[in-house]
Amino acid sequence: MGLDIKFPIGLMFAIFGVMLTIQGIATSGATELYAKSFGVNVNLWSGLFMLAFGSLMLIFSLKKKKAENK
Amino acid sequence: MENTFALGWIDYAIMLIYFVFVLGIGWALKKFMRSATDFLEAGRSLPAWVTGLAFISANLGALEVIGMAASGAKYGMMTVHFYWIGAIPAMIFLAIFMMPFYYGSKARSVPEYLKLRFDEKTRGFNAFAFAFMTIMASGASMHALALLAEQLLGWDYTLSLIGSAVIVLVYTYLGGLSSAIYNEVLQFFLIVIGFLPLVFISLKAVGGWEGVKGSLDANMLHSWKYAANPGQNPMGVEWMGIIVGLGFVLSFGYWCTNFLVVQRAMAAGSMGAARRTPLIGALPKMFIPFLVILPGIIAAALLQDDQSFIPFKEGSETVRDFDKVIPVLLMKYLPTGVLGLGVTALMASFMSGMAGNVTAFNTVFTYDIYQSYINPNKSDKHYLGVGQITTIAGVLVSILAAYIAKQFNNIMDFLQLIFAFINAPLFATFLLGMFTKRTTGHAAFWGLLSGTFGAAIHHGLTVPAGAESLIKGGWLTGSVENALQVYPSEMAQNFWTAIFAFALALILTLVISAVTKRNKTDEELKGLVYSLTPKVQDDSKHWYEKPQVLAIIIGVVALALSIIFW
Repeated sequence: MGLDIKFPIGLMFAIFGVMLTIQGIATSGATELYAKSFGVNVNLWSGLFMLAFGSLMLIFSLKKKKAENK
Repeated sequence: MENTFALGWIDYAIMLIYFVFVLGIGWALKKFMRSATDFLEAGRSLPAWVTGLAFISANLGALEVIGMAASGAKYGMMTVHFYWIGAIPAMIFLAIFMMPFYYGSKARSVPEYLKLRFDEKTRGFNAFAFAFMTIMASGASMHALALLAEQLLGWDYTLSLIGSAVIVLVYTYLGGLSSAIYNEVLQFFLIVIGFLPLVFISLKAVGGWEGVKGSLDANMLHSWKYAANPGQNPMGVEWMGIIVGLGFVLSFGYWCTNFLVVQRAMAAGSMGAARRTPLIGALPKMFIPFLVILPGIIAAALLQDDQSFIPFKEGSETVRDFDKVIPVLLMKYLPTGVLGLGVTALMASFMSGMAGNVTAFNTVFTYDIYQSYINPNKSDKHYLGVGQITTIAGVLVSILAAYIAKQFNNIMDFLQLIFAFINAPLFATFLLGMFTKRTTGHAAFWGLLSGTFGAAIHHGLTVPAGAESLIKGGWLTGSVENALQVYPSEMAQNFWTAIFAFALALILTLVISAVTKRNKTDEELKGLVYSLTPKVQDDSKHWYEKPQVLAIIIGVVALALSIIFW
């Protein structure tokens, strides 16, 4: 099947990553919100992690596409 | 406990984006659906890492996430037996010994293999039993999702049920098995990444692993140490039941003969990829306990300090509703943002469970029921259409099954029971069929049938300790007090039901084979039976692609984990 699943996976996690990173930065001073998570800004950390994972998947996917075009 | 989650706009946005991607993958695959093979077998063209992750993701449904967290809270560390002994050895066996016959025989389904190896009636029995089982499992997934949406998000039960059914229906209808498999890969990553924040924060809440050890009794923290005596461990089982009942009969019966998972491997692009599928799946599978069982154990520890941490079951003042473990942790510890991610991950797990069952059901129905008994010798286009219509019908019947599942409290126990009745004797049939050419069609059929009924009768004559109603067993004896045997727990009863069914099927198949004539010649059994099939040529390009090498690595890691948490 001609679908490289790495691309949608990468794109989805990159979008989630950007959303949560922005949310994490925007709420970085909100001690009340993060009282639940014992002061850890989980949004920021999860966001950065997903952004990294998503980008990695996208890079692999684009590399594969390039190799196929050659 | 508060009544519902307070989801923010960002949580809903994450959920919505996930739905768009899931449906988008189905849409992107639509143009490849030209034949029944494309739709029902994914064109036998997928890479091993994709089928490998789908292999475990299809099983990482409601049953796993909610059920394993509940078991973790109830039984503690012993729940890992469902992984390191109850899955890994069977997955290795499937890859090394059984995959060459499944993939090499060109059978399109597990029932079809039975038809090629034995006869029509054996296939028929398995096809109908399997179709029933997948629909029930799919219904149980839907029910769990709808219940969760109703209780936690405040959504309407029926509306949630239909909503989730429609999404699964659309993406499986558009892209068939490929769509289900590709989405399972996406769902796998989402479940893992979505639950990681929950595990970390929960661990922080309880004060790390030391905090867990400080709050719980030692028998909740070991997998084998207290397995010598069922009275000493929370699961109420002993090592013999664990190793033979769970580790051998139930586990091999599930992982090696259940078409739901075997189908993922059969969709691989080559024999090598098909054999690597269960092994690639086994690698992450070994670590899933840290994602689903650990939160359960943490919740049990937190319950020691805070008696209101996990609510009681509706209408009960003594029985805790352990199915709520994951939702409670999500609600208590995750702020808006990652909360949406966690809830979406939970939904993803339900959907992968549902879609896996629906795609296995439509293949078995189309090939093994419709093409065999209703309308043979039609064009490929015709069967493609039937496959598509079956997908719709399967989802509709699943909705009915969801209402049946609503009657049972513990999804896991309920499904285990069905597995014991149907899967346990089936592995005896496969073992004898694949590895001895003498096993006959009549023997396979009657052995299988007696094994299944034997399981039901065994369940009907015995009860677990403390059983109050005949749903738990003993229904043949008229009352719980009259049961012939009282097992220390429901789990022990399930394990021994499986052992009994397997032994019965094995003995009867051997005996009947000895007194009946072989119905297949050596020539017909080529590619289907071990001694009559040439050894598969290993097509691995690198040493790390060799099934034997992967199997050894996995075996060593699983053993190391068992020793660490013994």
